[in-house]
Amino acid sequence: MTRQIIIPFGPQHPVFPEPIHLDLVLEDEKVVDVIPSIGYIHRGFEKLVEKREFPDYVYIAERTCGICSFIHGMTYCQGIEQVMNIEVPERALFLRTIWSEYSRLHSHLLWLGCFADSFGFENLFMNAWRIRERILDVLEQTTGGRVIQGACKIGGVRLDIDNEKLGRMSNDLDSIREEIDVLTTIFLRDNSIKHRLKDIGVLQKADAYQMGAVGPVARASGLAIDIRKTGYAAYGKLDLEIATEHEGDSYARCVVRARELFTSIDLIKQAIRTIPDGPVDIKVTGAPDGEYFSRSEQPRGELIHYVKGNGTKFLVRARIRTPTLTNIPPLVKMLQGCELADVPVIVLSIDPCIGCAER
Amino acid sequence: MAKTALMTVLRRPATIRYPFEPAKKTDISRGHVVIDESRCISCSLCQKRCPAQAIVVLKDEKTWQIDRLRCVVCRACVDVCPVTCLFMDTQYTAPMTTRGVETVAITYVKPPKPEKPSATGEAQT
Repeated sequence: MTRQIIIPFGPQHPVFPEPIHLDLVLEDEKVVDVIPSIGYIHRGFEKLVEKREFPDYVYIAERTCGICSFIHGMTYCQGIEQVMNIEVPERALFLRTIWSEYSRLHSHLLWLGCFADSFGFENLFMNAWRIRERILDVLEQTTGGRVIQGACKIGGVRLDIDNEKLGRMSNDLDSIREEIDVLTTIFLRDNSIKHRLKDIGVLQKADAYQMGAVGPVARASGLAIDIRKTGYAAYGKLDLEIATEHEGDSYARCVVRARELFTSIDLIKQAIRTIPDGPVDIKVTGAPDGEYFSRSEQPRGELIHYVKGNGTKFLVRARIRTPTLTNIPPLVKMLQGCELADVPVIVLSIDPCIGCAER
Repeated sequence: MAKTALMTVLRRPATIRYPFEPAKKTDISRGHVVIDESRCISCSLCQKRCPAQAIVVLKDEKTWQIDRLRCVVCRACVDVCPVTCLFMDTQYTAPMTTRGVETVAITYVKPPKPEKPSATGEAQT
């Protein structure tokens, strides 16, 4: 039997700014087992809910993640709104959808860039981030923040976008779409990328289901799971096609995210076409009494915010379950049997956000 | 890829030469909070609403304090201010080397109450 050695991977690693630690058990160059451990950036966000009034916690919920911040804030607001039976105005729901999809665009472009960097394609990395900058500009123009939008509040949204601006955004998306088209063609056609990613980190459909994979990881293994299909915010009124692939390898995960960029652009354009006029928020009185599991689709997968109130201004309990945490068991499965040199690429292919996962 | 690479060689750089050129800003960018001390009525609502507990209003000493390193620039105080004496400036604050709070002396003086018209009798004369 070959001698087994353990190589520590992370929490500091050149490929990857996220502090996850993996103990890789190796036989020669082959990874036979992986022991993940997290706990480097726990910040105690869930406990903080007892110290801040529930409308103020939106700002804190939003700071859980620096990439999908808007979706965190929105999911928390949805939870409180369901507990308090607040009917959010239609226009606010559409605006939430538009900002969510812009967040998805920005997150996926960031990921495509980082992924290109992980397999050594620096030029592609810079190109992906150049396009992402245009998305961030739109977010800043409409919400006032580049990455922390702060646009959501309980009972609606804090800012409105006028219809003229919405029209301009829709036109801008056409040129962004062309740029993304060029970018994703490289990801999907380039031989060196295919050679580097095909059959690396394969996750079978049955394993993906059994281990609770979510988001693009599940969709790349052929599971058509997308919480947007439940019709939260304004998704129920929009036509959404779920992008799925069947190979379950790193390349399939890349393809799913590349295709989702176009889905997001379509969704934003649909939402801009059909957005109704009207108020964007309603006045909220009282305090939440009850509990609710609020679900939404983050760029990385299903996000759950659990909120429980007891009729006072302070919630009793909040719990956040992020997609990265759910995707760690599938990651372990993917890594078993791979080569040591492929580990960074496979870890990055699940789009890990440990900042979210630990809160 | 070659086409994109060539085009980027010929185009202007996608980046800004910061700090020689100013950073991009929009009208609603959240930079930092400023106060109009002549209008602040020391109601402390901003202190109560601040999710980062960066603002302290001392009513007796008539001061408004902000810890810029704690402030998360969420604009909650600006929204809640009943006399709209807080504003969001679009410029970010300059980097600091030491921690500390910024104290602003509140110069608002409560206007004297208008005298009530005196009781019965005088009005008729």
